[in-house]
Amino acid sequence: MPILEVENLSISFTQYTSLFKQEQHQVISSLNVALEEGEILAVVGSSGSGKSLLAHAILGILPANANITGKISYDGVVISESMQADLRGNKIAFIPQSVTYLDPLMKVGKQVRYSHKSGDSISAQRKVFERYQLKQGVEDLFPFQLSGGMARRTLLSTAMISDAKIIIADEPTPGMDPVVMKEALSSLREFADEGRAVMLITHDIDSALKIADKIAVFYAGTTVEIAPVADFCGDGELLRHPYSKALWKALPQNGFVPIKGNQPQPNSLPSGCLFGPRCDAANKDCGQIQPEMVELRGGMVRCIHAT
Amino acid sequence: MQLSAEGISFRYQQRSMLFKEINFSIKQGEFVGLTGPSGCGKSTFCRILAGYESPTEGAIRLNGLPIKRNGYYPIQLVFQHPEKAVNPRWKIEKTLNEGWKVDKEILELLGIEKGWLTRWPNELSGGELQRICIARALSPRTQFLIADEMTTMLDAITQAQIWQAVRTVAKNRRMGIIVVSHEEHLVERLCERVVRLDEVGIK
Repeated sequence: MPILEVENLSISFTQYTSLFKQEQHQVISSLNVALEEGEILAVVGSSGSGKSLLAHAILGILPANANITGKISYDGVVISESMQADLRGNKIAFIPQSVTYLDPLMKVGKQVRYSHKSGDSISAQRKVFERYQLKQGVEDLFPFQLSGGMARRTLLSTAMISDAKIIIADEPTPGMDPVVMKEALSSLREFADEGRAVMLITHDIDSALKIADKIAVFYAGTTVEIAPVADFCGDGELLRHPYSKALWKALPQNGFVPIKGNQPQPNSLPSGCLFGPRCDAANKDCGQIQPEMVELRGGMVRCIHAT
Repeated sequence: MQLSAEGISFRYQQRSMLFKEINFSIKQGEFVGLTGPSGCGKSTFCRILAGYESPTEGAIRLNGLPIKRNGYYPIQLVFQHPEKAVNPRWKIEKTLNEGWKVDKEILELLGIEKGWLTRWPNELSGGELQRICIARALSPRTQFLIADEMTTMLDAITQAQIWQAVRTVAKNRRMGIIVVSHEEHLVERLCERVVRLDEVGIK
């Protein structure tokens, strides 16, 4: 049984277009992911594809104008709003994307210690700082005095010393140098190996490949493919969805070839397959209805042409 | 056309030197990578090059001359976090045209859509906002562009699109580009040479 399961999640935002006129923006549609114990699931995809929103929905920290439908369950139990408040920070730790999530008026050492609920939090915090090569003096600094990479390591420390069962890490590694990044990734791997679970939201496929077990590829607010890590290799011929292939081929080490166009805006989603307008293989069937997620070769894909 | 940093040292207030006597130069039309461990002062060095900070010692010169502080600054910096580089209370259109009237060619090249211009910054994704920040910096009067982890927050396709656009502009105008990044593959792909900041100064 998955420790965390998201079924048929849709999120829309109510926005005012003029003084008395509201509009609904659908930002996530019929999204399914599951996270097993001992596993790292990497969620990759373009910015604006709803990766961070998924994290925020699980934690219950979406703004008030968000409407959420679908089911999120933790350990087999569908979670309610009050449970969400209980889980977050205790059972589910969050590494936010933006370093602006740090309290600007509190020394960072104190902020990190705050998440350590039992025992000697000072020595726990010093240990974790040492691991991520943050010098002793750093604990007495304020967030504005940190470099980007240091602030990220601080955020990571906060999650690592909590007793959470799940870490949801939203882009934890950008701006870190390779040595520290390796340490950060291997500590996430260790965390999962202890029978806990990690959802690693990232666009850095390279680092996702190093530690994840499965990769979920997001596009325009939904999952287009869930594939085992081993399928990301060579020319991407083992991948199932054309978007995953395009993403793979756009990496600087695999060709650096961009595809045309932009991800559609939430208020102007195409009918049918969301990737259709940018897909070379698209025909008129693709414009009819959005394909369902189907199982294929040990993974999942949302494309009618996938083989 | 050459941009050079001569014997740059820098410290914040009374703290110890962040780096000492850094010499660095870049010619027009050149792509140079700048790397180094996090916290070694890469961003600060970029801020000095772009005129946001004054060095404690040393000087930045363009063709051997000091750079004029009034008028348009010919060295532009694009930051890692676009959301921190725009005024949240300005609509996108105002931000976009802050430095120059961005022309159609640049808009098309970067894939900036008309619909974005009437929105607020918090309604755009990081990738969309970053394109705005790049377009803003690509005035014809910009001679050197510093990309400080410019595409670190973006997905591979957007990264490839943006760099293809920037490469095109740089080539047409013989603009020099400094690429600050931890991502080896990207630096290797884009740059003719790479400078490690922690190795060029005096320890």
